[in-house]
Amino acid sequence: MLQRGYRQTKLFEHLDWLTVLIYVALIFMGWISIYAAVYDETHSSIFDISQRYGKQLLWMGIAGVIGFVILLMDSKFFTMFAIPLYILMLGVLVLVLKIGTEVNGARAWFDIGSIRIQPAEFAKITTCLAMAKIMGKPGFKITKVIDFFKAVTILAIPALLIILQNDTGSALVYSSFILVMYREGLPQILPILLIATIVIFIFTLMYPATAVLSIIIFGTFVALIYYRQHFYEVFIALAILIALYASVYGVTYFLNMEIESYHILLSSYLVITIGGIIYYLKKHIKKVIPILLLSWMAIGGSYGVSYIFPKLPQHQQDRINLVLGKIDDPKNIGYNVNQSQIAIGSGGLTGKGFLNGTQTKYEFVPEQETDFIFCTVGEEWGFLGSSLVILLMSALIMRIIALAERQRSAFSRIYGLGVAGILFFHLTINIGMTIGLTPVIGIPLPFFSYGGSSLWAFTILIFIFLKLDSNRMQAL
Amino acid sequence: MSNYYNHRKFVIYAVIVLTAFIYIVRLFCMQVLTDEYKIKADGNSKRKQTVYPPRGMMLDRNGVIMVENQPAYDLLVTPREVKGTFDTLELVNILGVELETFKKSFEKCRKYSRSRASVVVSQITSDKYAILQEKLHKYAGFEVQTRTLRSYNLNHSADVFGYVGEVSQSTIDKDTSKYYASGDYVGITGLEKAYEKHLRGSKGYRYLLVDKYNQVKGSYADGEYDIASQMGDNITTTMDSELQEYAYQLMQNKRGGIIAIEPATGEIILKVSSPGYDPALMVGLERGKNYGMLQKDKNLPLFDRTIQSTYPPGSTFKTLQALIGLELGVITPDSKFQCRAGWNFGAISMGCHQHASPLDLRGSIQHSCNPWYVQNWRRILESSKFENVREAYINWRSYTLQFGLGQKIAPEFPSATAGLIPTAEFFDKRFRTKKWRWSYISSISIGQGEILMNPLQIANMACCIANRGHYITPHIVRSIGDSTIAYEKHDIDIQKRYFDIVIDGMEQAIKGGTAKGAMVDSVVVCGKTGTAQNPHGEDHSIFMVFAPRENPKIAMAIYIENGGFGATYAVPIGGLILEKYLKGEISEKKKAVEKRIMESSLIYD
Repeated sequence: MLQRGYRQTKLFEHLDWLTVLIYVALIFMGWISIYAAVYDETHSSIFDISQRYGKQLLWMGIAGVIGFVILLMDSKFFTMFAIPLYILMLGVLVLVLKIGTEVNGARAWFDIGSIRIQPAEFAKITTCLAMAKIMGKPGFKITKVIDFFKAVTILAIPALLIILQNDTGSALVYSSFILVMYREGLPQILPILLIATIVIFIFTLMYPATAVLSIIIFGTFVALIYYRQHFYEVFIALAILIALYASVYGVTYFLNMEIESYHILLSSYLVITIGGIIYYLKKHIKKVIPILLLSWMAIGGSYGVSYIFPKLPQHQQDRINLVLGKIDDPKNIGYNVNQSQIAIGSGGLTGKGFLNGTQTKYEFVPEQETDFIFCTVGEEWGFLGSSLVILLMSALIMRIIALAERQRSAFSRIYGLGVAGILFFHLTINIGMTIGLTPVIGIPLPFFSYGGSSLWAFTILIFIFLKLDSNRMQAL
Repeated sequence: MSNYYNHRKFVIYAVIVLTAFIYIVRLFCMQVLTDEYKIKADGNSKRKQTVYPPRGMMLDRNGVIMVENQPAYDLLVTPREVKGTFDTLELVNILGVELETFKKSFEKCRKYSRSRASVVVSQITSDKYAILQEKLHKYAGFEVQTRTLRSYNLNHSADVFGYVGEVSQSTIDKDTSKYYASGDYVGITGLEKAYEKHLRGSKGYRYLLVDKYNQVKGSYADGEYDIASQMGDNITTTMDSELQEYAYQLMQNKRGGIIAIEPATGEIILKVSSPGYDPALMVGLERGKNYGMLQKDKNLPLFDRTIQSTYPPGSTFKTLQALIGLELGVITPDSKFQCRAGWNFGAISMGCHQHASPLDLRGSIQHSCNPWYVQNWRRILESSKFENVREAYINWRSYTLQFGLGQKIAPEFPSATAGLIPTAEFFDKRFRTKKWRWSYISSISIGQGEILMNPLQIANMACCIANRGHYITPHIVRSIGDSTIAYEKHDIDIQKRYFDIVIDGMEQAIKGGTAKGAMVDSVVVCGKTGTAQNPHGEDHSIFMVFAPRENPKIAMAIYIENGGFGATYAVPIGGLILEKYLKGEISEKKKAVEKRIMESSLIYD
């Protein structure tokens, strides 16, 4: 008895109260936003269970209980059962495909009485635990191909099952584990390649092919200068390229041949590349050859994007085009984002005040208490309020990373980073979509969006980590 | 700590800080640096508009449109959008309403809801709307919605159509289907009420984007959430609007009711309550005023004389009495009773008309002989088949009920009276004994005394006779939309041959009896006159008729207040209507009668 009491005191002593404080603050702000988003003058009692804010209050109470129970549990449970829980959750994900309820085209829900549970939200927790378990094993090295594939497999299975539910947004969340893998030693080149791919993707869709090709060639030359520190070579190559291009262009112009300038530039660059490779091979400078090859990979990628993109489903094309600002139609596909930007933008510096948002009151923004809850924050609390939310969220994420970094066990560290990554992904994508910076992907804003599943899932994620952290002195 | 890649956490911190920074900068640009979104938000206001469907039209039996719709407008206000002071006086002048009424109505809207639009002035006509539309931009918070109002292609028969008005709170509360909202219209009387569910159609909704000047900027979410309204079903009535028109001409300056039914189908061809009123009086802003005026009218135009007035049926009831006597076997067609222009039985005396004596059954109908029916009545009630008068009366009563007496027979007319055939208990109470004698209720023998019928029941009685023993539920609506309504057939337990004997008498009454004035060339008309005693003045005259004798096309009851003896007004009016309906026009020799009837007045105020 004595010992137990002692442990209990220890628990609350070692609990990171800062994280709990931010968590509580965010949930409270979230509830106020939901209240404002669904407020209707005919139902004004906050405990009205027929209204969403009334229900959310109930979900919050349950979340509190869940958090408390987790803190009382033995932290060994999570390390020991990480893999069984993961497998169990895979079973649930398969089950929901069979007997789940379909909502908005996604078969991703269980109807239990009047409560609706979304297993995908909880799969994040088990996957995060499993990742921590696998990656935290002594001898695990992400740089080893076999280990890398182990980690990717752990992520890919639930992600695929969730894609099968037709809930791509929730599946994309698993890409957030790239943060953990990077921290644990993923070769630097992979994230850089990822970023490069994204940049090429965007550029290809934004600008004419010739311009993209010119940018790639220009980038290659800059990289060569950086590596070689030899201006002379590069200028010669550039001069030859321009001469080639100009002469071929001149010839085709006089012969009245219709060859696109893209192809002229491409073939000119091909000649330069081959010449360059021969030149460097002769000089035994192998280091720069990968740069030239990479530039061709980029060209190929760019071509691939321009080839595949028109074959994507129209709504996906539209969403991407919209973010890129290529189309602007306030009523059709861009309706949500347009209205959400109007709502947020009209908030001004200090906002219109609690319950005074005209855009949200008149329900201009669809899904305004779930995926687009940030509109209410932006409209009613203005720049100051929305910045505060972003700052608090970022602070929470960074606090979790800081806590993760002080863990003794790899399991706890990796798990904590995983939690931070998931939160960061949700934050970036959700708020990004409401302010028009990222495509519309239907994932909730942690602690703000209405819904029990998402609130409970984030609560469990964070409280398991808090429990692990409070026990960090015990070697695991 | 224990990790080679420790430094990478700084990269991660940097990514998070950078993202937060980019987002905050973006928010700063959107919310603080530019007014673009604030301007857009001002131009963004959603308005939910109810789209009111036109009510179904009403057609007559020949497909002539009698009741249709005209456009009208309601002015709505959303109190919280009303900015500061506005020129109330101008608004009131445009609309032509009292300032006080307007203020009261506005206060009501404010109480209803500050943020929802509600009707402040309803039923604005097109010409006023044209002026209002120009000025509406000056009145923030006010908007106009399109409605339809009834328009009528005839200026009578308001009693049939009924009228439409704003739905009352109690109707909204009682409606389990939750269809109605404040400001909706609902059928209040007549067919408008009886067929409300079919006529009203279903409301639609339209979501519009409006800017802060109240200008519609387009539909919200591309109309994705709009619900189309559906027009109400048309109803085809069984009325003959041309005949109706003619009957109203004949009934000018007379009070009374006429109702005609097609015996084979139970379809009401004619339903005239005079004086009637123009249904257009009950439409638009003036309705309240007009209603008050009609209510004060001494001639009671709001009183439906075809279904709401009940009187003793008088001699028309003799036909039914003869039928029951025959069926019970207490008399035969050849039964003859003495009549010396009146008759005395102890304390009871009863007058009669000058006619030959004694008469048989046919003759008794032809000449409407009172003593004959007193004898018949006595035999019915003192029949040896029954223990006592009371039992015999109960049996007799059951026959009368089969004719639709003492009950509401037409479900379409909920405001109709049931009439009265008293129960045995009624007389037990009156006479304080169950052993009452036939002579206590002798007046019933000739349709006087306690029994009461409305003209619809008299017309239906004519149908029963014309059909030789059954009637179809009388009705005025044949079909709703494309679906025809089936009506119930009611059989009477009296043999067909007895009906033919009574019909003989009714034929003779037209040819050489009390109702000669109703003769129509080459048509065998059968009828029976009656008089309802009126203690306040001249008696009311009643005429029950059907024609032709074989395959009857029309059965009718005519009842003229203060019309005196039937032959003076009721019979010639009946004759003219029969001729008009069966022949299509009035023959030359009847023109004089037609003229006399149209010009005569029985209203002495």
